[in-house]
Amino acid sequence: MNIVVCVKQIPDPETPAASFKVDEVAKKVIPAQGIAPVVNPYDPQATEAALRLKEAAGSGKVTVISLGPESARDAIKHALAMGADEGVLITGPEFEDIDNFQTAKALAAAIQKLGGADLVLTGRAAADWDMGVVPLGIAQLLGIPCVTVAKAIEKNGAGLKVERVLEDGFQTVETPLPAVVSVSNEFGEPRYPQLRQIMLAAKKTVQVWGANDLGIAGEMGKENRALILEALYVPKVESNVEIIEGDTPEEKARNLAQKLRAAKLI
Amino acid sequence: MAGILVIAEANEGALAPISGELLGAARKLAGEGAGSVTAFIAGGEALGNELIAHGADAAIVDTNPALQGALAEVYIPAVQAALQQSGADIVLMGQTALGRDLGPMLAFALGTAVSMETVDLKYSGGKLIATRACYGGNARAEVSFKNPPAIATVKAKSFDALPADASRSGSVTTIDVAGEARVRVLGVQKAESTGIRLEDAPVVVSGGRGLGDPSGFKMLEELAALLKGATGASRAACDLGWYPPSQQVGLTGKVVSPNLYIAVAISGASQHMAGMAGSKNIVAINKDPDANMVRAAKYAVIDDYKKVVPALIEEIKKLG
Repeated sequence: MNIVVCVKQIPDPETPAASFKVDEVAKKVIPAQGIAPVVNPYDPQATEAALRLKEAAGSGKVTVISLGPESARDAIKHALAMGADEGVLITGPEFEDIDNFQTAKALAAAIQKLGGADLVLTGRAAADWDMGVVPLGIAQLLGIPCVTVAKAIEKNGAGLKVERVLEDGFQTVETPLPAVVSVSNEFGEPRYPQLRQIMLAAKKTVQVWGANDLGIAGEMGKENRALILEALYVPKVESNVEIIEGDTPEEKARNLAQKLRAAKLI
Repeated sequence: MAGILVIAEANEGALAPISGELLGAARKLAGEGAGSVTAFIAGGEALGNELIAHGADAAIVDTNPALQGALAEVYIPAVQAALQQSGADIVLMGQTALGRDLGPMLAFALGTAVSMETVDLKYSGGKLIATRACYGGNARAEVSFKNPPAIATVKAKSFDALPADASRSGSVTTIDVAGEARVRVLGVQKAESTGIRLEDAPVVVSGGRGLGDPSGFKMLEELAALLKGATGASRAACDLGWYPPSQQVGLTGKVVSPNLYIAVAISGASQHMAGMAGSKNIVAINKDPDANMVRAAKYAVIDDYKKVVPALIEEIKKLG
């Protein structure tokens, strides 16, 4: 099975709120000093799913694609170190500040340039914009079905059997291939790259494609966004905290318990 | 033509709460000049009158049985038919298992865009502006749409439903449209309900990296048991192997909204806040008065949890 995994590099979601700053004029997040961007936390699960399917089949190829700045190479390397076979970095000025529809177009074009895929896997959403739109977009553009928020995936004849997370449980569905599947954090722990794997990953091929290579230069660029960003800001949190006083930790604890009881919270 | 199309949902024959909330949002936009409100629903014809009573000016009921329990792809031609019939240039739906797929699918099918998990909407200067949280709740984005129809999925409890008014009138039409199902649903499994699920617990006591070592969780479990609640942990604590990942609260863990959330030695990184910011009452126990969690809390104790938590347990036992 030929599997493509889409991964994204994002600002670290563990960034303390105090270090999180936005340039409201440029409508961009100002990178926090000394905090390196990370692989979107949902994406290693997608890579893990791809590797397990390949291992179960005993053959196949896992190609990892990332759209982003040159630094997104690190997100690709992480997947290669986990065991993916090859990488593709989609990069260039045309991709700056594009929306998720343009992202889906670029990824779909790259998948087509690779000669298509039997299965495209993504994380359930990127933890920066948190939309979950791109996997459905890739599927629509490639004319194939999409199953979102998968917690288990297995080969089932010519297709896949997928457990899809709902608000109050899960649903088991069957999809033909090719298909796009977005993977939930409930899928299970992704493997941790071992030193040997990291060394091997350094020798794996990462192709670099620009908008012209994909024939989509005219559709990229901020001016072609379908979703227009009107404003980006940090909401002012009115802190109404009541600090519980007391001379000792024990007295503070007693005062807290009484407050909670008075407020009928315990 | 202008107007708003609401994609309502039903549960076992009755309107789902999100349907009323969506109609509440649509009426607000209608009041701001966005046009009339048409509601679409799959199910029995009687649902049409309920939609009218809850604020729709017209209802379109799709009686095709293939839509029951179906995935979003089956809804696409039905919603497109409703869109054509209503002439709406705004489509609202819930951020539900259906809406989270239907919104993007519809947007791509129509060549437009979608705002996901929208928390606020306004109609201003002839356009829809949707507000949504991003960057793990650290930022808000306001978005508008280049092409019609503007599509938004709305987060639960973001708008108030209007009280049902049986004297309201409007046209109810039925259609019979459904798309092809490429993906087949084999079965649905409700979540198991052994013990208190973290997501359902009225009280959650969580610990973070600031506990210093895994033994701190023993104390938190005792407090949680006393309050008939569940114990959670931050990602940092789970990554250190101090607590099982199944109990992780946060962006990549469980999302909880208990009546009482007690955060012990948790600084409040956005990753964690994204999983518990909906809690009704937050208590922070932390050494650092400037911790983000302290700012977000209703009550905070600034001290060493190792002394505070045992004393809190004793006092709660005394209060009975």
